[in-house]
Order: sequence, then C-alpha cells, then structure tokens
Amino acid sequence: MAGSSVVDASSIPTQTAPLLTFADVSKRFRDGTVALDGADFRVAGGEFVSVVGPSGCGKSTLLRIASGLSDATGGKVQVATDKIGYVFQDPTLLPWRTVQANVELFSELRGLAKEERRRRAAAALELVGLSEFTGHRPRALSGGMRMRVSLARSLTLEPELFLFDEPFGALDEITRERLNDELLQLYLTQRFTALFVTHSVMEAVFMSTRVLVMSGRPGRVLGDFPVPFEYPRSPRLRFDERFARLAGQVSAVLRGGR
Amino acid sequence: MSIDTGFSGPDEATAQGPVTATSRVLPPGRGRWRLAFWGPPAAVLVAFLAIWYGVSYLLLDPRRRFLVPPPHEVIRVSFFDPFNLKELMGALWLSTRVAFIGLAISIVIGLLLAVAMNRAKWIERSLYPYAVLTQTIPILAMVPLFGFWFGFGNFSRTLVVVLFCIFPIVANTLFGLQSVQREHHDLFTLHGASRMTRLWKLQFPAALPSIFTGLRIAAGLAVIGAIVGDTFFKQGEPGIGILIDRYQSRLQSEQMVGAIILSSLLGIVVFWFFGFLARRVVGGWHESADGPDT
Repeated sequence: MAGSSVVDASSIPTQTAPLLTFADVSKRFRDGTVALDGADFRVAGGEFVSVVGPSGCGKSTLLRIASGLSDATGGKVQVATDKIGYVFQDPTLLPWRTVQANVELFSELRGLAKEERRRRAAAALELVGLSEFTGHRPRALSGGMRMRVSLARSLTLEPELFLFDEPFGALDEITRERLNDELLQLYLTQRFTALFVTHSVMEAVFMSTRVLVMSGRPGRVLGDFPVPFEYPRSPRLRFDERFARLAGQVSAVLRGGR
Repeated sequence: MSIDTGFSGPDEATAQGPVTATSRVLPPGRGRWRLAFWGPPAAVLVAFLAIWYGVSYLLLDPRRRFLVPPPHEVIRVSFFDPFNLKELMGALWLSTRVAFIGLAISIVIGLLLAVAMNRAKWIERSLYPYAVLTQTIPILAMVPLFGFWFGFGNFSRTLVVVLFCIFPIVANTLFGLQSVQREHHDLFTLHGASRMTRLWKLQFPAALPSIFTGLRIAAGLAVIGAIVGDTFFKQGEPGIGILIDRYQSRLQSEQMVGAIILSSLLGIVVFWFFGFLARRVVGGWHESADGPDT
C-alpha cells in the first residue's frame, strides 16, 4: 500500500493477535443506503489505529458495528474482548448528574458495589486531572473539561478496546491539540487498543501507529499507512518534515477517494 | 492531579471556566428586591386601583355603585365580616381540596399513562387520541350528566378536574420521555441497562423539565376546573364557584369580587408553587427552570 516507504516499524508498540477483525464487512440500511461495502482490516492488541475519510463515509457505522450497537449486514466481525470503551463526539454526560455521578454511571449500570464505583471514579478523574471538579454539573464545565469527564467515565471500566468517534471534532484547535497529547499519555499509561475516527489527517497521523483511509460512501478501506514516529510524541512533531510528508501522502489518497 | 500523565486539567479551568454554577443558575439574589425589579408591576397595580376607585366614585351614580364596589369595601365586607369570611373560607377550602385531589389523581394516572405509551407504540396509538379528546370535548357541558350519574358531590367535581388537567401531564411527560438523545440511549444499551434502569436513570430525569411544564399547566387548569366546574354544579356543598353564582344572583357584589380575588389568589399560589418546585428540582441543571416566575 501507499506509504510503506516511510515505515520504520521499530517504534510501534507490541503487536499481538488481532483484537478486532473486519472481514469484508458491509452495512446496508433499511432505506437502501449502503454505508460500508467490503471494509476489511485488522487491529492488533496495543495498536492505535485512526480512520480518516470524507464525511458520510460510514466511519461512525464502523464503530457502531465494532461496539455491537449495530449489526453488519454482510461479512464477518470479530472482537476479542468485551471490555469496550466508546467515546462520542458529544460528551453525552447526563446533565442532572454531577461529574462524580456521571463518571460512576457505567460501573453503576454494571452493578458494581458503591465502594468500588467510588474508587474507580476517583482514579479515573485523577487520570484526567479533574479531581477538584467532582461536585460540578456538566453545564458548569468547558467543552474540553466535559470531554475529559467523558473519557474518565469510559476509563472506569478499564477498556481493552477504545472506540473514539471524532471525540475532539467540536473543540477549538488549542483544546484539541492539548487533548490529543493527553489522550496519547493515557494510551501509553493505560495500554488500551484504540480505533480512532477523525476527519483530521493531522490528528490521525499525530496520534496513531497506523492510519486507515476510507473512501466516500459506500466506505471501503483505500489506504493503510503505518506511522513510524516514536512515542511519546512531542507537539513539535507536527512541524517535522517527515510528519508533513506522511500527512501529505494520506491526504493524497483521501482526495483520490472522494 | 497526577503529574506523571502530564494532565493539565485545572489550568484549562482557569483559562476557560468553569463558570460557577451559582452565577448562572440563581437569579441575582438582592437584585430582585430592588425598585427596578418590583417598581413597574407595583406601578401598574396602583394605576389599576386608581382606575377602580375612579369608576366607583366618579363614574357611577351612588345608587349604581354596587356594580363596581370600591376595593376597601370589598375587603371590609368579604374579609372583615366574620360570618362572610367563614362562608368564603369554607368554600375556598372545599374548592382547593377538589382541585388538589383531582390534580393528584391526574398526576398519578397521567404519569402512568405516559410511561405505558412510551413503552409500547400500540398503547400510544390506542390511547393518545382519547387523551387529546379530553381537551376538545366541552367538559363543562357534561356536568349535568355526571351529576345525573354520580351525584353532585366531590366525586363528580373531582372527575371534572381530572378531565380538565390530565392531558398536559400525559402530553408533556410523553414528550419528555421521548426526548432523550440517541447517544444517551446508546450508552445505556452498551452497558446492558434493563428497561427499568433506562426509564428510571435516563428517561425519567431527562423528562423532568417537561414534566414540570406539564404540571404547571395542569395545576392552573385544576384550579379553573374546580371553580368553574363548581359554578356549573350549582347544587351540593358550596365551593367558591357556587358562592360566586349565589352572590351574583343576590347582588352581593362586594362578596362576589372578594370570592373572585380569593380564587385568583389560589391560582397564583398554585402556579407559583410548581414554579418554585421546578426550580428546586431541575434548576441546577436545566435552563427552562429559570423561566418566567412571579
């Protein structure tokens, strides 16, 4: 595939058996729209895989299928874990709950004991740096902070596979880049596998071990770019020549697939 | 906060917020007692009373003054005469009781109906049109029929109140339960929430602002239903509606106006109470609760 010339695979974290497999997966909605057509890729344990594609190319459908919220209408999907985190573009916090109660929600739905819920929520809030805001309601927080609460909420279940649906798409650029750094820190310390949907090529290349490019609807995988840069990645990487070259290649394939 | 993960949460907080909850949620405490706030409506009240006196003393011939008795006469005759006061208060209590019992029954039945309709589309399809019907049929025209069937006591009067005020509760609750975002439902689905959990932890709290909107409307209608319904019953123990009717036929205009003032006060108190309750319950997280209040 395109992009293989820039690979220096040494920095990519441990590769194990596939955690997520999409084999020739398609999705046709009841109204006849074909959202995915022959999507075919694997995500190995420990990878951070980004998916970029034009809007409406079925990126979100991909995640919904991976999470089990939606079923594929063709092909085969295998997920080797049931510990799945799912973060939407909207933080989807419950406005009547405090930050603490929001972060406890998933453990509550899973029926964990109160003590355990508290402990997990405290640990997760510590990880995202919001320990001092436990008593606030979501509407008193900024967009970036709400997204952190949303991340913390998913972290409480210690996901092995983390699905991100354009989580920072609605944030301003400064907040977005800061949250990129913070999410990478979490990736390095918490050791989850990530499938990260975004429409930003820069964000995809900066975050990932691998970037998948999807075509316009119906979505297929057009390109598969390993990203050779080592972790931890400094924000300065965005201005590196090799970074620009790789981003350029990804963009070229993306434009070709429109 | 943890340094090793490189998180800078609270720094951002100082840069972008957080907006303190109190500054947005509560009205400016002291400001509400300032002249600019209370002055205009007070001026309108004074003007209204002035016109009232003007009509009583300047426009009307003393022999016809009973048509618009001056405010202080209304208060003296209605509220300072022990016998009249007792009569008014007894009737007010009766009407209030009917309104509240009817409202309470409507809340229970209305919420249950809305939950059932939300649960199954066929229940909604079967019942919703009839809920709408309660708003379109002339309920007061049925009063003689109810009296005929159930007598002219509290049962019939309460029934009228329920028919008056159940629709806004059903409609607003159902709307609220169905207004939950798809992503929120997805979260609950992902984590295997049961229907009860989903209803109790997601849909019901999400519906609370609409439920309170419905309650405020219903409470107003309950008072109207109790008083107006009473006027139509004409028989049995007198509520405030029957008294108004009676005073009118006896040309006791001071007491008639007094009774009207009392029933208006009841409506205002009930409306204010539900506004207050809404602010207490959902004011911390929902804007609608900041809405019009008096």
